[in-house]
Amino acid sequence: MIGRDLLGIEDLERADIERILDTAERMREIGEREVKKVPTLRGRTIVNLFFESSTRTRASFEIAGKRLSADVINFSPSTSSLKKQESILDTARTLDAMDPDAVIVRHAVAGVPKRIADELEAPVINAGDGAHEHPTQALLDLLTVRQEKGRIDGLTVAIVGDILHSRVARSNIYGFSKLGAEVRVAAPPTMLPAAVETLGVKAFTSLREAIDGADVVMALRIQTERLTGSYFPSVREYSATFGLDRDKLRYAKDGAIVMHPGPVNRGVELSPDLADHRPSVILDQVRNGVAIRMAVLYLFSGRRRRPGLAAESPRGGAAA
Amino acid sequence: MRIAHEIVERNEDAQSVYLVAIPNGGVPLARQLARNLREISGVEPVVGVLDTTLYRDDLQITSERPALRATEMPSAVDERVVILVDDVVKTGRTIRAAMDALMDFGRPRMVQVVGLVDRGHRELPIKLDYVGKNVPTNPGEVLRLQGTAGGLEPPLEVVVVGAAAEGRP
Repeated sequence: MIGRDLLGIEDLERADIERILDTAERMREIGEREVKKVPTLRGRTIVNLFFESSTRTRASFEIAGKRLSADVINFSPSTSSLKKQESILDTARTLDAMDPDAVIVRHAVAGVPKRIADELEAPVINAGDGAHEHPTQALLDLLTVRQEKGRIDGLTVAIVGDILHSRVARSNIYGFSKLGAEVRVAAPPTMLPAAVETLGVKAFTSLREAIDGADVVMALRIQTERLTGSYFPSVREYSATFGLDRDKLRYAKDGAIVMHPGPVNRGVELSPDLADHRPSVILDQVRNGVAIRMAVLYLFSGRRRRPGLAAESPRGGAAA
Repeated sequence: MRIAHEIVERNEDAQSVYLVAIPNGGVPLARQLARNLREISGVEPVVGVLDTTLYRDDLQITSERPALRATEMPSAVDERVVILVDDVVKTGRTIRAAMDALMDFGRPRMVQVVGLVDRGHRELPIKLDYVGKNVPTNPGEVLRLQGTAGGLEPPLEVVVVGAAAEGRP
């Protein structure tokens, strides 16, 4: 059974992932209604605690919370007392004392959501921590593929780009592997983590070999803000070697889909034409992102650890 | 078939009838009812499915989240006579949730309710418009419905199979 927090796909069982996807499938229908709101989380408070800038993920969580009638508070360091040297945990504890029903955390350092979750009574949902995990992104990718292909089991998924710095890649490797897909990664050697094969993937330094026969090709964003060293000679060379266009896509299986977590650097990871049209499904990913976050908020919110009742909380172990 | 006749008697404008099933039990019933209505009036009503889970009144008091079921509302409910269809009605809480959900889809001209089996034990002021069978039961008992054609045709047999926990309110 699902635990109290959602910190990473690595912690989830296959059945947990499928339960979240099935729930999201139902949530998607709400987004197609004229009144896109249900009363489920009325009176619940959800805090978006974003230490690292984000537009899309934050907006997606906010819309998801509002569609479930929760009150959503956005809290980001630039507008808060973090500038006054308040520590991350102090900030989190202060927010926790206001009794939120879920706290969504993004931070540039891996492990911060876990550290916060250990302190708080409210359930914590990881919205991306450093190069560690971005579980809701992987879940929305899984939902999109399941919708397009009807299944995940037995598919071949190629993830192309900066695997080393990508929390999206890591979460997707866990997610697709757990649901029975073959996962391949492709990157310049400098962008492949050491011993990446221990995650159960096949690693390639050639795009063509990696996408040969693939059902799904997922391009990752080149994250200039995280690239401190020199990982490839030039953006132009990266684009020529690992950038995807219709010509290179011919090596993938007929009917293969192209995904990207956004925002796309047009002409770098994807040719402009590919970024905007089928077989890329980027806008479906965004739409599914709201449904996945609704499902996650529905399933996780309200599981506060009550003081003195720790043994009864799902996280207490025995009761779960 | 009797319920279908009652529906036709009460609703002269067959075109405006919209059957909305409450899953899971209401779905086969509504489909059967739609076929019966077509035989009687020549008009087959629209059938929708409305999951009430996200409108339940007990979500605040448990942390267990029930599984969601599909909602498919193929046309607008405005100005229609919406007939909610459920298999077993007990506390009335599911019907309350269904009415709230329905109102989020628009403004029906009228809402009526079909319950194949009415067990009593109402906890809300909700009365059924069409009842297949009144079955006096104890609150904790679990029923199994046996019958032909989704239970709408006689013989409808209601068997008390045990006293397990309630699946939904």
